[in-house]
Amino acid sequence: MLDVRGLHAYYGKSHILRGVTLQVGAGEIVGLLGRNGVGRSTTIKAIMGEVEPRGSIKFKGREIAGMKSHDIARLGLGYVPENRDIFPTLTVRQNLLLGQKSARQTGRWSMEDLFDLFPALRERADTEGGVLSGGEQQMLTMCRTLMGDPDLIMVDEPTEGLAPQLVETVAELLNEMAGRGLSILLVEQKLTIALRISARVYVMGHGEIVFEGTPEDLRANEPIRREWLEV
Amino acid sequence: MEVFAFSLFNGILYGMLLFMLASGLTLIFSMMGVLNFAHASFFMLGAYLAYQISAYVGFWPGLVVAPLIVGVIGAAVERWGLRPVHKFGHVAELLFTFGLAFVIEEVVQLIWGKVPMPYDIPASMNFAAFSWQGLDYSAYRLFMLVISVAIFAALFLFIAKTRIGLIIQAALTQPNIVSALGHDVPRIFMWTFGFGCALAGLAGVIGGNVLGTEPAMAITLGPIVFVVIVIGGLGSLWGALVAALFIGIVDNLAISYDLSFYPLFAVFGVERDVTGIMQDLVRLTTASIAPVLPYFLLVLILIVRPRGLFGTRDV
Repeated sequence: MLDVRGLHAYYGKSHILRGVTLQVGAGEIVGLLGRNGVGRSTTIKAIMGEVEPRGSIKFKGREIAGMKSHDIARLGLGYVPENRDIFPTLTVRQNLLLGQKSARQTGRWSMEDLFDLFPALRERADTEGGVLSGGEQQMLTMCRTLMGDPDLIMVDEPTEGLAPQLVETVAELLNEMAGRGLSILLVEQKLTIALRISARVYVMGHGEIVFEGTPEDLRANEPIRREWLEV
Repeated sequence: MEVFAFSLFNGILYGMLLFMLASGLTLIFSMMGVLNFAHASFFMLGAYLAYQISAYVGFWPGLVVAPLIVGVIGAAVERWGLRPVHKFGHVAELLFTFGLAFVIEEVVQLIWGKVPMPYDIPASMNFAAFSWQGLDYSAYRLFMLVISVAIFAALFLFIAKTRIGLIIQAALTQPNIVSALGHDVPRIFMWTFGFGCALAGLAGVIGGNVLGTEPAMAITLGPIVFVVIVIGGLGSLWGALVAALFIGIVDNLAISYDLSFYPLFAVFGVERDVTGIMQDLVRLTTASIAPVLPYFLLVLILIVRPRGLFGTRDV
C-alpha cells in the first residue's frame, strides 16, 4: 500500500530524515515509534507533501514524492495531525463536512456512522469545535479525516494527553478502521497502544529507522528499547 | 432633521462602498498575511472598465461584465504575480503589490489619459427617488445602497453557509490541514483574491460615476480602506462593516454640519478675532478636519486597541 524508500528531508540546512525506509501493507496497522525530535512527525509530513521529500514514496504503486498535499490526499492517503488541529470556530458538523473531498463524496464512513461510534460528537454537532474537550477534539480530528474515506490513514500521536478511558476509545476506533479495510500508520512516542494493536513496528532514531519487527521482537530486544525508546 | 437624515443616508452609502473594498482587502489579508496595496487600483479599474463598456453597450451590461473582468485580472495577478513572489517572504509580496498599484495607475493613464472620464449616472436612474422637505434624493444613490446591501448579505451567506465558504474560513487559519484533507488551497486562494478584486471592481462600477472616474481615485480612496480594516480589526468582516459605516457616517456628518471648534477655545478665554498661531485654530470647523478624521481614528485605535474593534491579532 505504502512503500517509502530512502526518504530524506531537510528543515533549512538541518538534515532531519536520513534515508527512512518503511512499508505499510493493505489492512495493516504499523507503529512508528521513537523519542521526541527523531523525525517521526517529519516522516509523515514528508509523505503527505507538507515537507519537501527526497527519495521514493510509492502509494498504491504510484510515485507521490513531489506531489501536492491535496492531490496526495485525493489519492486516498489520510492524515490526522497531532495537536488536535480542528477548526475551532466551525461547528463539529462543519468540521466533519470539510473532511469530505467533495460535497457528494460517499465512502466507508458516513457522518451517521461516526456519530454512532461517538455519541458525544452527535450531541455537540452544532457546537463550535473550539469548546470541545481534548478527547472530543481528538475524536473529531480522526473522524474528520475518515469523512474523506482514506485507504491509508497516518495518525500522529492520537493518545497524547488523553485519560486512560479515552485511550481505549482511540484504540477501539483504530481497530474499527482496520476492520473496515484501512491501513494505518500510527505514530507514537510513549507506546501507549502501538505495541498492543500494531502488526509491525518501526523504531526511529536520529532520522533513520533503527529497528523493524513485530511488537514481540521489540519486547524481546532490550538494547533497542533502552537506547531508543525508554527515557 | 432632514439634513441629519440625508447625511446619515449618504454616510451609510459611503460606508457600504468602503465596505465593498474593505471586505475583499480584509479577506485577502487573512489569507496572505500581507496587505494588498493595489486593492484600490482594482476599484479604479472597475470604474474605467464600466465607463468603457457603458460607452458601447450601456450601463447595465457594464455592471455585470466589469467586475467579472476585474475579478479575472485579480485571479491572474495572484496566480502569476503574487504566488511566485510568496516564497521570498512578506516584504517581497508587499513590495509587489505596491509596485502593482503604480503599474495599474500608469496603464490606466496610458489608455484613458489623465483627465477625468465622463462616466455618468445612467439616464434611466437619473431622477429624484423621493423628495423630503424640499431636498431631492437621487434614485441612483438609492440603487447604490440596494446593490451594496445585497452584496453584503450575499457575502455573509456565502462565507457562512456554503461549502466553499467553510473551506475559505478554515483555510484562512489552517491552510496545511485543509490541504491535507484534499482541498486545493492555492486555487481557493487564487479565486478568493479574484473575488475580493471583483468586489472592489463592483464598488468602482457603482461608485465611479458619483465619486469621479480619474487616475487619482485609487490613491484617494486606498488609504481610507486601510484605515477601515485596521480599525475594524485585520481579517474581520464584521469589523470591516462596522468601521466602514462608522467612518462613512462620521465623515458625512462632519461635512454637512460644519460645526466650528470656536466654543472649545472660548472656554479657555480665546477671543474670536485672535491673531497669530491661534488664528487658524479658531477658524477650524468639522468640515475642514473631516478628511483627517479617519486617520485620527486610526491613530487612536492603534494606541487603545491595536488589534482593532473585532480583530483577533495585533497589527
